[in-house]
Amino acid sequence: MWRDALLVAGKDLRIEARSRVALWQVVPFAFLVLLLLSFAIGPDQSPLRHAAPGIFWIAVLFSTVLAVQRSVSIESGEGTRDGLRLSGIDPAGIFLGKAAAVALQLLVLQIVLWAGVTFLFDVRVHVVWLAVVASLLATVGLACAGVLYGALSAGLRVRDTLLPILVLPVLAPVLLAGSKAWEAALDGNAGSGTEWLRILIPFAVIYLVIGVVLYGPLQEAA
Amino acid sequence: MKSTHTTIPNAPRPRWLSAVGLLGVLAMACTVWLGLWITPPDQVQGNLARLLYIHPPIATVALYWAGGVAAVGSLLYLWPRTRSLFWDRLAASAVEVGALFSALTLVTGSLWGRPVWGVWWTWDARLTSTALLLLLELGYMALRRVPADPTVRARRCAVAALLVAVDVPIVHFSVDWWQTLHQGGTILDPGFHLHVHGSMLWTLLIGFIAFSLIFVWLLGVRYRIEVLQDQVGNQELEVSLADRWSEDTVLAGVGGSSQSPPSGGAP
Repeated sequence: MWRDALLVAGKDLRIEARSRVALWQVVPFAFLVLLLLSFAIGPDQSPLRHAAPGIFWIAVLFSTVLAVQRSVSIESGEGTRDGLRLSGIDPAGIFLGKAAAVALQLLVLQIVLWAGVTFLFDVRVHVVWLAVVASLLATVGLACAGVLYGALSAGLRVRDTLLPILVLPVLAPVLLAGSKAWEAALDGNAGSGTEWLRILIPFAVIYLVIGVVLYGPLQEAA
Repeated sequence: MKSTHTTIPNAPRPRWLSAVGLLGVLAMACTVWLGLWITPPDQVQGNLARLLYIHPPIATVALYWAGGVAAVGSLLYLWPRTRSLFWDRLAASAVEVGALFSALTLVTGSLWGRPVWGVWWTWDARLTSTALLLLLELGYMALRRVPADPTVRARRCAVAALLVAVDVPIVHFSVDWWQTLHQGGTILDPGFHLHVHGSMLWTLLIGFIAFSLIFVWLLGVRYRIEVLQDQVGNQELEVSLADRWSEDTVLAGVGGSSQSPPSGGAP
């Protein structure tokens, strides 16, 4: 299963490195969300600094939808899904591989995006380990839930409109817990921040386990 | 040219279902009578407490009955030994009826919250997780409406229903985990001690029975509609295929050769 996961992740990342969709579409889109939300809040630095973690995670959430749509569309070519299914690769391995590829792209996006947030809103992370752990856990949860719902909507003509409706309510706990943990990391309040990791850990574990178990039946349905 | 004789879709309407519906309406009338005329006003909340004879029963149905039936039905569909479209239709019906009760939970909660809390809506953990449950149910319903082969749709929807069910324990434990504005267990505390007494307790109990019966009735009615919809879908497919074959036959006749559909009626 792990070897299959590495193969699939390598394949998705190689396609991404060659097509550069994430670089030219997802990253600019995330910055666009950052700017638009800043316009909505106004030019005052104080409310912007206060809202910075929320704006950051909203941008990550919307970018997750794009990254997942891209991950699904890689397999949408004529007979590609059948080919993958007939290749004998363990469905759990495919799920883990696709989730790992999406997670890696999201992590890179977060690093770039955080540089933008620091530059635009003039904020500094005081508890670095908390922000890093929250980001890692949230990314695992986002990637697993995203890929799972991506598989659910794969092969449907209305996939692009259906996926956000299905996946965004599910990702809401990550938005909440991620924002609060980052807020605590900015304020230097590690104690209250670790409370929010208690949501991110089960979220990541639950969707990882559900994905490993249910990706097979979903693949057959797609 | 319509060449196929169509029959009106039919699915038996079980008598027990009508009896459950009738009992539900009677229990509801009883709840209204007890809740509005027999029970006294609450010492603190006055007449506002009367709304609480319906809000907890509606929330119970939305969360546990609908969520439970949807989760169990979906699991039994995914389990190869028990795989049957019965479970798929039952789960789909439960999610749809559950969405109605989730919406009613939010509406009745808001009606009570405005005079008591001073706001229609607050970002309380239980309110937010219930709103998310409704959105997840609406997402499931959107997925259900995408045209697909019944078995493919069933498998896809079974997974989606299980993902909706993940939110049910979050809603349940939200009042303990986050301790925001919504109160914890009011009727029974964690030590199973009753906090409601006398006629208020009986009214609440009958309210629970009334809404549970109405849930079963709506579930049965929705299940029957699901069966009828599938029958209509199959008939439409047969009619379309037959029409297509008759067109081909006419064209072939003009061209000087004849063609007939293969045995079984489908190309």
